[in-house]
Amino acid sequence: MTLEHHLPALQVVVPLLTAPLVAVLRPKDLAWAAATAASAMAFAISVTLTSMVLDGSVLRYEMGGWPAPYGIELVIDSLSALVLLLVTGSSTVALLMGRDSVARDMEPHRQPLFYAAWLTAMAGLAGIAVTGDAFNVFVFMEISSLATYVLIAGGTDRRALTSVFKYLIMGTVGATFYLIGVGFIYMMTGTLNFADMEARIADAPTRAPLLVAAGFITVGLALKAAVFPLHVWLPNAYAYAPHVVTAFIAASSTKVALYVLLRFDFLVFQGNLDGHAIQFADFMLPLAVAGVLFGSAVALYETNLKRLLGYSSIAQIGYMILGASLLDQAGVTAGVLHMFNHALAKGALFLALVLMARRLAGFDLLQIAGIGRRMPWTTAAFLLAAASLIGIPGTAGFVSKWYLVSAAFAQGAVGIALVVVIVASSLMALAYLWRVLEPAYFGTPLETEGNDAPTPLWPLLVLWVAALANVYFGLFPQLPVTLANQAAGALLGIPATGVFP
Amino acid sequence: MSPAMALWVPLAGAVLIALAGRWPNLRETVTLVTTLTLVVVVAAVGIDVWEGARPYAHFAQPFPGIAIAFAVEPLGMLFAGIASLLWIVNSIYSIGYMRGNQEKHQTRFYVCFAVSIAGAMGIAFSANLFTLFLFYEVLTLATYPLVAHKGDADTIASARVYLGILLTTSIGLLLPAIIWVYVTVGTVDFVPGGVLAADPSFVPRGILEGTIEGPALGLLLALFVFGVGKAAVMPVHRWLPAAMVAPTPVSALLHAVAVVKAGVFTLLKVIVYIFGIDYLFEQHTADWLLWIAAFTILAASIVALRQTNLKRMLAYSTVSQLSYVVLAAAVLKPLSEVGAAVHMVSHAFGKITLFFAAGAIYVASKKTELAQLAGIGRRMPWTMAAFTVGGLTMIGVPPTGGFVSKWYILAGAFQSDNYLAIFTVILSTALNAAYFLPVVYAAWLLPEGEAPKQDHGEAPWPMVLALTTTAALSVLFFFFNAPVLELEYRVVEPWPGVVP
Repeated sequence: MTLEHHLPALQVVVPLLTAPLVAVLRPKDLAWAAATAASAMAFAISVTLTSMVLDGSVLRYEMGGWPAPYGIELVIDSLSALVLLLVTGSSTVALLMGRDSVARDMEPHRQPLFYAAWLTAMAGLAGIAVTGDAFNVFVFMEISSLATYVLIAGGTDRRALTSVFKYLIMGTVGATFYLIGVGFIYMMTGTLNFADMEARIADAPTRAPLLVAAGFITVGLALKAAVFPLHVWLPNAYAYAPHVVTAFIAASSTKVALYVLLRFDFLVFQGNLDGHAIQFADFMLPLAVAGVLFGSAVALYETNLKRLLGYSSIAQIGYMILGASLLDQAGVTAGVLHMFNHALAKGALFLALVLMARRLAGFDLLQIAGIGRRMPWTTAAFLLAAASLIGIPGTAGFVSKWYLVSAAFAQGAVGIALVVVIVASSLMALAYLWRVLEPAYFGTPLETEGNDAPTPLWPLLVLWVAALANVYFGLFPQLPVTLANQAAGALLGIPATGVFP
Repeated sequence: MSPAMALWVPLAGAVLIALAGRWPNLRETVTLVTTLTLVVVVAAVGIDVWEGARPYAHFAQPFPGIAIAFAVEPLGMLFAGIASLLWIVNSIYSIGYMRGNQEKHQTRFYVCFAVSIAGAMGIAFSANLFTLFLFYEVLTLATYPLVAHKGDADTIASARVYLGILLTTSIGLLLPAIIWVYVTVGTVDFVPGGVLAADPSFVPRGILEGTIEGPALGLLLALFVFGVGKAAVMPVHRWLPAAMVAPTPVSALLHAVAVVKAGVFTLLKVIVYIFGIDYLFEQHTADWLLWIAAFTILAASIVALRQTNLKRMLAYSTVSQLSYVVLAAAVLKPLSEVGAAVHMVSHAFGKITLFFAAGAIYVASKKTELAQLAGIGRRMPWTMAAFTVGGLTMIGVPPTGGFVSKWYILAGAFQSDNYLAIFTVILSTALNAAYFLPVVYAAWLLPEGEAPKQDHGEAPWPMVLALTTTAALSVLFFFFNAPVLELEYRVVEPWPGVVP
């Protein structure tokens, strides 16, 4: 067996085994270097895996050589590849530019532990994306969640403690709901393997426990994914986490929860379980619309920039759910595509904040006044990512809006209403980002602010790579569109291109 | 010559201008060299088009069936031609204005200007609605720093209105309209397929023909008309007076030529290539457009009558004149479409002259109000002579370009006995005279009111050179308009065919 064959396992094993090593490494910069190298290696593995599934094939890997459904099976398809790219990519970029920011935020002796927790979180998130086993998902979910709580509370801001407690309670409820649902399914089908569940669920003697299971799983994962109205943990968790952590989790963690949600609801339930449409699409669509409008509207009045972007994320998650709950090829493609494009935009925005934090006392909209003149390059990158979030043509955000609006138009009368919602929310995004950009460029800086040391070149370069990715994938979106299209085909059971099992 | 060059030249110019920012003389040289290069490029593309070619350039393919691509046809050629030609004149004028006024951030000004021109070129040559939309937004965003140039609270408030209206209408209405077209016919190319695009004798029929009908067609048209905020059809015209806070060269080239013409050009192109004039004429759902255009022409003229500030009066005059193009397009007859295209040219020459004159008056005397202009003709004879020519063009008096376009608009209106259009044009001519002639009269014949704080003559010579050049172009266009007409006839008649 070649090394290539083991890549699905290595995707998780590399960061997971590096984590304890990082925890004992001294000095702190060595820990940072080891963590970054592990993350970069994981990213390289993700890229390789993506290139292997880009033709529509599915990679299967039997853990320990035990055949499925008895052993744990790892399954890599287009959807998992897309999520893996997000997780490992955002982690790598955030680590690459985050060393100074972490060094400012915590004492030296705690930094190696912080990096160890980071790798653990990443390994957990990647694990969710690679595994084909429902219980395994739960295990990785707990690993990543516990590590994420540590990351969020890792900074100096004491307010993070209360927000992380809220996140912990709600996250645990979500994970427990998921586990209850999986338990019901195991009771009825006797299997934990996704593919096996899909095959056996139709043979179940009664339907009621399965519907209950689907309800528990959908709600539990919606909690983890911050789907409105289960979003309340998100804004504060984003706002008070160390800035680098925000950049990482904003681009990855909710997307991973959404990934499991899509996997379960489409692959396992949809088409196999009568009445599931009511529980999923008919139930989620109004929530998605409400989330889109609510998130954007709150962001319009929010005065803290990080919380503002957090509420914007709630709206953006609404777009993804909206696309998915249209239940057709175009809609699901748009939803999955928006996972990718939103991660690009939001990740770049939070990365810009990492650099801005060097000069700013805080992220109140009054405090960012004049930052455009003090840090022209950083603010310009922020501007570019903001354009992508709004959906200005030529950026990645526009591509997913285009697919989303096209998919909505195809729905007839309901579709027109959805188009109105999407357009209205885009305009609100324009308005709330304008509330940030106008003081940033035209405001007068407050007197009391800290250092005016020049921005180091290296983090700025990394930031610009992230910002320009928004333009690149806006003009040449073939990669994410192909992945999203194949993922949608697989989820809906329609082979789009290539051969699906 | 590849039409993409018309995009790369000003963009490369923008980069070089930024690099040369520390040495003003070098920077201005770069600007002028860029403008000249662009005219050469556009002329080269123009010669190809004239000889019957349809230059095409493909850049990227973000969506299935939708490319970022350029395909040059007569309407776009005309728009690109005016914008690039007047950019030279405007750059000469800008140098005089920005230096004479000792403006700050001059490098940013010239960079944004070059990017705006690149946006205008992209709009002019776009092969499909998607590419057009892309550059439409580039133009909006690149002109924002120019409008907000002064940077004080009032300017920023106005610039917010500018950006707010243009972005809101384009994202909220234009984009859904484009996607609607895409979902309906599966393409947003102005000319379906590459085969027809290469054939110069092809007369556009409208890609929507036979698909959307009745009220839905009218709704789609409304999305386009109000989505293209740059065309300033009431009630989405408010950004244009707001944009007058910009330095005068910006008002002159962008808000009399490039930006506003990009708006009416887009509408013209949508009506001719997407809807098809015959199809829209049969469907009768475009009739409301005539009324709204007529209303805009008259209402804006009446508002212009009541202005006391020279630049704001010119802005409302622009709103009114833009709707001439919309009105002409909405008449939906071949001659009126030609008239719409020609009016883009004649209004451009006339209005840029008027703005140049307004800026020259401001630089020389710091005067901005109409009441202050009494007797100024004796101090600034060249400027006011040019202003007079510009005013006459707006009214449509021969021998100026404005007469030519009004002639064709009226001819088109008579083709379909469209008395609403005829009546509007005539009434509006009277209104135009009512607000331009008093200014001209006061400037030449009334005695000077209060003595100016300092004695002044003409503005710096580059400005005078620029405004006399455009005034001369206005007059010359009356006599030598045949090439433009012949080119634009190809939009409505098979070519080679009947030459007017």
